[in-house]
Amino acid sequence: MSTSALILMVSVLGLVTTITVYFLVKVLRVPPKTDEELEREEKEDSLQE
Amino acid sequence: MAQSKDGWGSRIGLILAMAGNAVGLGNFLRFPVQAVQNGGGAFIIPYFVSFLVMGIPLLWIEWAMGRYGGIKGNHSTPFITDSMGKKRIWKYVGVFGIFTNLGIISYYTYIESWTLSYTLKSIGQSFTGLSRAQVSTAFDNYVGVHGTLSDRIVDINIPHWAIVIFLITLAINIYILSKGLSGGIEKVAKIGMPLLILFGIFLAIRGITLGHTGVAGCTTCNSQVGLDFLWKPDFTSLANPKVWLAAAGQIFFTLSVGMGTIQCYAAYLKKNDDIALNAMTAGWMNEFVEIVLGAAIVIPIAVGYMGLDWVKQNAGFMMAFKTMPYLFNQWGPLLATLSGVAWFGLLFFAGITSSLAMGTPFMGFMEDEFGWKRGKSSIVLGIIVLILALPTIFFFEYGVFNEYDYWTGTVSLVVFATLEVILFSWVFGMKNGWEEITRGSDIKVPTIYKFIIKWITPIFIIVIFITSLIEPVHTDMAGWQSAFHQLFTNGTWPWANDSIIAQIFHLNEKIVYFKNGVPTGMFFKDMARLLLISTFLGLSYLVHIASNKRKLANKTIES
Repeated sequence: MSTSALILMVSVLGLVTTITVYFLVKVLRVPPKTDEELEREEKEDSLQE
Repeated sequence: MAQSKDGWGSRIGLILAMAGNAVGLGNFLRFPVQAVQNGGGAFIIPYFVSFLVMGIPLLWIEWAMGRYGGIKGNHSTPFITDSMGKKRIWKYVGVFGIFTNLGIISYYTYIESWTLSYTLKSIGQSFTGLSRAQVSTAFDNYVGVHGTLSDRIVDINIPHWAIVIFLITLAINIYILSKGLSGGIEKVAKIGMPLLILFGIFLAIRGITLGHTGVAGCTTCNSQVGLDFLWKPDFTSLANPKVWLAAAGQIFFTLSVGMGTIQCYAAYLKKNDDIALNAMTAGWMNEFVEIVLGAAIVIPIAVGYMGLDWVKQNAGFMMAFKTMPYLFNQWGPLLATLSGVAWFGLLFFAGITSSLAMGTPFMGFMEDEFGWKRGKSSIVLGIIVLILALPTIFFFEYGVFNEYDYWTGTVSLVVFATLEVILFSWVFGMKNGWEEITRGSDIKVPTIYKFIIKWITPIFIIVIFITSLIEPVHTDMAGWQSAFHQLFTNGTWPWANDSIIAQIFHLNEKIVYFKNGVPTGMFFKDMARLLLISTFLGLSYLVHIASNKRKLANKTIES
């Protein structure tokens, strides 16, 4: 395998894997909405309607 | 309009279902073939540019459209698009979002059934000791291909086992769909996606580390040669419009945009739920499967045993069934069985997570507009899919299968995406659109995307649509120049066989419907088109009835 191919492959695979893991971890770390927040949103929605 | 009680059980479940919708057979079979046919390493640059300026914006647009429609009680595209534009035409534009899925799911479920069957065959070691020709013939026999068609009778394909497994696969899909989003689709995605990635990693490691296989008389039989060809940058091909179009096309198909499935899934989100981060996570997960896993399996392994020249000439979708089992055989019975199960298993999971997504827009529409229960809508969906699928099975060799793929799996996507991006950016307006994309977002969406979504993405898609419409025989720079030269000197255009205009008017074909009193392939192709047009018109009529029902209900409330 040529050096240029190896560099492109490793950098693209590394980049895609890093970005995918970054977003996945970010999703998992966001705390779920509390009942209070959900209630407040529902109230806002019903007021708008 | 009935109020839907369905919904997602968890955020990760939604993301895996969305990623499963996007990850399909094309990630493993279409992407590497496109890369091979378009300059190897150079393909990745236009591919990434297309992802950034067309793929990501379309994901955000479709997620935003879905959530916007969903909070107004619409869970399928006709009334999602209707709620975003004032003109009546938009709800009929939204018909594409159901029609495309019905068309694709019909032949896709059939392919999915092949992967299920081949997983079972791999477990049973059915391919052990077979030559490449025998493996290829085994597939032809499985789908009932005759090879040459008779001009005295209609050669109907009646592959008994393939039909039985297709019915089982369809029944599995219908059963899961009848269980709803959190009880069915989400559970499958939570099991299927991790398994798919696990199987993919196993095969990708094998593909990368295979190296020189020592096949006698073959100097290029080395997986590293395949990887080198895939990844060696050739920057000269960046000036070739054919490569750019192929890359943009691949982004289009791999993300499952322009189908209506993303809107349908996102319609079950709440008003302030995040869509920007969710869309990015699902989109990048698809890219991981495609680039990291998809590129490391078929091409390197095939080059490892068949050589580079053979792969350049034969790379295509059917390699999955006609060649891969033979290649796995070279690894001995145990590894061949494990690899066969991993390969066809991952294709099955990639397929089923996509076909489940394709079933939901029709069900969402019937439940919203006609108050159907989930069980009823899933069974009716199954009957429609069966009716639409049988011609693709029986007249497989007459091109019915390809006809479905072309019109619903290619043209329809581009048409719908073109119209939806115009609707979102220009009719609904970027002010409202930006508010929809960013509301409740867990990431900061770069403001440059306001400009990209308004200008670059529509132009990008319109260019793809126009070039698909008038594609000349040769699509490199010289080919386009020569086509325009021919137009201005002779007043003619060298239509490519698969350009939309050439397909509609059969420009490069002799129009013959019967030969010796026997229907020709063209007859069956046009019958397939008639069936698809009837489906579209039937769905449009349902939308018309639903619209009248809504008007009547509104009048009753007002009075």
